[in-house]
Amino acid sequence: MRVLAAMSGGVDSAVAAARAVEAGHDVTGVHLALSRSPESDRTGARGCCTLEDARDARRAADVLDIPFYVWDLAERFEADVIDEFVGSYAQGRTPNPCVRCNERIKFAAVLDRALALGFDAVVTGHHARLDPDGTLRRSVDPAKDQSYVLGTLRPEQLAAARFPLGDSTKAQVRREAAERGLAVADKPDSHDICFISGGDTGGWLRDRLGSRPGPIVDADTGQTLGEHDGAFAFTVGQRRGLGLERPAPDGRPRYVLDISPVTSTVTVGSAEALDVWRLVADRAAWPHEGVVACEAQVRAHGGVVPARAQAHGDELVITLGSPVRGTAPGQAVVLYDGDRVLGAGHILATG
Amino acid sequence: MTYLDHAATTPMRPEALAALTASGAVAGNASSLHASGRRARRVVEESREVLAGLLGARPSDVVFTGGGTESDNLALKGLFWARRAAEPARRRILVSAVEHRAVLDTVAWLSAAQGAEVELLEVDAAGTVHPETLEAALARDPDSVAVVSVMWANSEVGTVQPVAALAGVAHRHGVPFHTDAVQAFGQLPVTVNASGIATGEDAPDAITISAHKVGGPVGVGALVVRRGLVLQPLTHGGGQERDIRSGTLNTAGAAAFAAAATAACEHLPRESARLAALRDDLVRRVQHEVPGAILNGAPLAGPPGAPRRLPGNAHLTFPGCEGDSLLMLLDARGIECSTGSACSAGVARPSHVLLAMGASDEHARSSLRFSLGHTSRAADVDALVEAIGPVVERASRAGVTV
Ligand SMILES: Cc1ncc(COP(=O)(O)O)c(C=O)c1O
Repeated sequence: MRVLAAMSGGVDSAVAAARAVEAGHDVTGVHLALSRSPESDRTGARGCCTLEDARDARRAADVLDIPFYVWDLAERFEADVIDEFVGSYAQGRTPNPCVRCNERIKFAAVLDRALALGFDAVVTGHHARLDPDGTLRRSVDPAKDQSYVLGTLRPEQLAAARFPLGDSTKAQVRREAAERGLAVADKPDSHDICFISGGDTGGWLRDRLGSRPGPIVDADTGQTLGEHDGAFAFTVGQRRGLGLERPAPDGRPRYVLDISPVTSTVTVGSAEALDVWRLVADRAAWPHEGVVACEAQVRAHGGVVPARAQAHGDELVITLGSPVRGTAPGQAVVLYDGDRVLGAGHILATG
Repeated sequence: MTYLDHAATTPMRPEALAALTASGAVAGNASSLHASGRRARRVVEESREVLAGLLGARPSDVVFTGGGTESDNLALKGLFWARRAAEPARRRILVSAVEHRAVLDTVAWLSAAQGAEVELLEVDAAGTVHPETLEAALARDPDSVAVVSVMWANSEVGTVQPVAALAGVAHRHGVPFHTDAVQAFGQLPVTVNASGIATGEDAPDAITISAHKVGGPVGVGALVVRRGLVLQPLTHGGGQERDIRSGTLNTAGAAAFAAAATAACEHLPRESARLAALRDDLVRRVQHEVPGAILNGAPLAGPPGAPRRLPGNAHLTFPGCEGDSLLMLLDARGIECSTGSACSAGVARPSHVLLAMGASDEHARSSLRFSLGHTSRAADVDALVEAIGPVVERASRAGVTV
């Protein structure tokens, strides 16, 4: 099989490519250049878009003795991921750019191009399993499982995807990289959002959206407790960084409950008020009809809660057996049966 | 394997490899006073004389460097600094818009960090700088110009510039003229000797050449500098190369460069005709397989004796295909070529050369350069012709924008 291995410059994608080579496939490595002006060196453990990452990917490809190219997807990435990220925040939603990137870039633009160019599949270093029948499952390494960020992919997107790492723990992957002589074996994992170097999402958004001051309002009393200079710097469920002078009447911490972009109002309240028992999502990947008992996950590294999901037309309504906290529209909700992904959608409303 | 990327680098010639190993096996610093030093110095000086002879220069004009990039840096920075020191009003630098990055990035740095004012000279649709364009830019304020640089032949589309006429224009305004002849040397007659050139035309004051483009080793080059032209050095140290380029001389590299250049220039007229015929065949047959393919740059046949295009260069646009896709698919079939300009991250940006020639972004992104050299044979063209149809077919399915 002719396969295209997406190589970020990290250890996972390097080992994934190595396994594809070992499986006897004809492998071509591709690094996706997602940033218009990549920074030349990585700072700490952030991001995956630096020139150094491109060099690391190239070096790994050379060690594996496979052809290697850089595909410039900066324009696509900016339009489909970054602009949408900024736009979502401006509307008070909390998008997950990794989910979006998988939906629009890796398993769309890249996959389409690969198939058009005669490749049979795209290999990535995601920690997830894909059964021959197309069922997506969690990785055997629960701490590194990435099935959540793949959950919204449609069957036709998954059909040409290969995840060779799903049966291995991260520790095994690192060990294997070292055994194969891959210099990225002990390269730190990337965290945070790859296009926000420095990790200051609030500051990054302020640079793009400008200052938009507004009140911070107490949900119970309606009192204005303080001011902020941009609602986009807040996410539902956030506790730190509210900058409130006065303690709450009950002395307990306050959390962001709601963000209203139109009036630039940030509403805060107690932890209990954050509890969400019901989610309405779009039907990004939900082939099932009727009520389906399952477990729901609303964050990349969050736990699961028991749930019942039912499609209503284009929408998916999910009632939760126990509440999730701080869930905001824009996030993905992925529904599992044990380690099996049943489907997913993007949250439209909570409550 | 079919190697159609000789403009990137060409295989070392046997003569050069022999000279490299012969000199490389013997110890000797050309600056030392003992017998080994004398032996090394003799090799360097003989190599210098050989190169000077091939270029119509005097041996003392030849400054060995670490390659074409360094020679371009030395020429532009060295001339700019020296001219500005002598006459502070001379801050303008005129270079063509289609220069190699060794020139463009150097003048960009001079502009950003050294107070230079850089003007890019426009080219026509074939990539040619017209002497009138240079005349107009100079005439605006000739006394403010420190240096003019226009390459002898373009590295991407192969267009040969009217170097003698351009040098003449610069000289009439009292401005030194540098040319990057890295691609031209060994493929066209390149000379610094003004005698025999028509009136109103002239020879360049400084010429960049590079060994690995004529079948010598990588990392060896020269700047050929007319006597009397003052340059500020880039490197300071032992005072080698008339104090212009300090650093222990690369004896084996110089010997190999001279051997390669001799071999390249010896058969130059015959070899150029051979390559041009092979190239014409390539273009004709590729266009037969892919009727929509467009030849960029100057026409294949120039006026007799004055080609407007490098004999080994074929630069084609395949509308509806991404150059990157074509390159990858050809590479998978063992055919090696280039999309032209790649940035350091390996991300292909549309070529600044094609954009300067007035091409659209899309046209520029859909292009490939095939370049022939001394090891090219008819079988190489056959292999490309056989592969190009299916490859273009495939690449067009993936489209132009990702
Ligand atoms: C026109 C031109 N100038 C300069 C260079 C750089 O020469 P070198 O590789 O010897 O540094 C090249 C080679 O890519 C070239 O084609």
